[in-house]
Amino acid sequence: MLSVQEADFDVAVLYAQLRSTAGNAGAIVSFTGLVREFYESSEAGREPAVQRLVLEHYPGMTEKALMVIVDEARSRWDVLAWQVIHRVGPLEAGDQIVHVGIASTHRGDAFAAAEFIMDYLKTRAPFWKKQHTAAGAHWIESRSADETARARWEKR
Amino acid sequence: MLNIQYFASLRETLGRSSETLALPEDGSTVATLAAYLATSRGGQWEILLDATQVLVAVNQTIVDRSHPLTGAEELAFFPPMTGG
Repeated sequence: MLSVQEADFDVAVLYAQLRSTAGNAGAIVSFTGLVREFYESSEAGREPAVQRLVLEHYPGMTEKALMVIVDEARSRWDVLAWQVIHRVGPLEAGDQIVHVGIASTHRGDAFAAAEFIMDYLKTRAPFWKKQHTAAGAHWIESRSADETARARWEKR
Repeated sequence: MLNIQYFASLRETLGRSSETLALPEDGSTVATLAAYLATSRGGQWEILLDATQVLVAVNQTIVDRSHPLTGAEELAFFPPMTGG
């Protein structure tokens, strides 16, 4: 189940849905990303407290890019059921921003598929964060650590 | 015709969210289009030449600068992504 939405989501409801559609799963991994109060936008150090974050995306391509990522995860690991939800629009510190749920026969595949999807989502799906603080607004810069995390999944 | 879109910080830097251009001549690539826009418009548009700061998608799939524009309907320029 793939959704790009402004609305918040309820992880308990998502977990129940995933569990009910997962067949004979032996493991469910559920990851939720939150908007942090302090955000390190670069290696330089901490930024002022986030007042608000606005997430922009590329409608059409976003869903397509996420499906490519999910399909790759499904080809690499045993995925019985999955969910990817990403919010767009205005968000505040503490808000839920992204959710990945994976049901597998065994936990290793569920952990790996969820982490793979998150690492690719951060660097290959067209989302951009703009941070609004007391000091003004600026776009969050991409982190080399995120690209390093993604690159380790590349097949050699 | 080629529909070009600009996203996020790039849209703000260039002051433009989208435009439609006549498809460049046969054999042109993403690189030739970026070079055309950068040289004909100058100023901030020269950022399009920087392949590390500006990524490109053709028909909603990320491509290299060497990607041909043949068959391209929608092209987007945008900064590195920061989702999740």
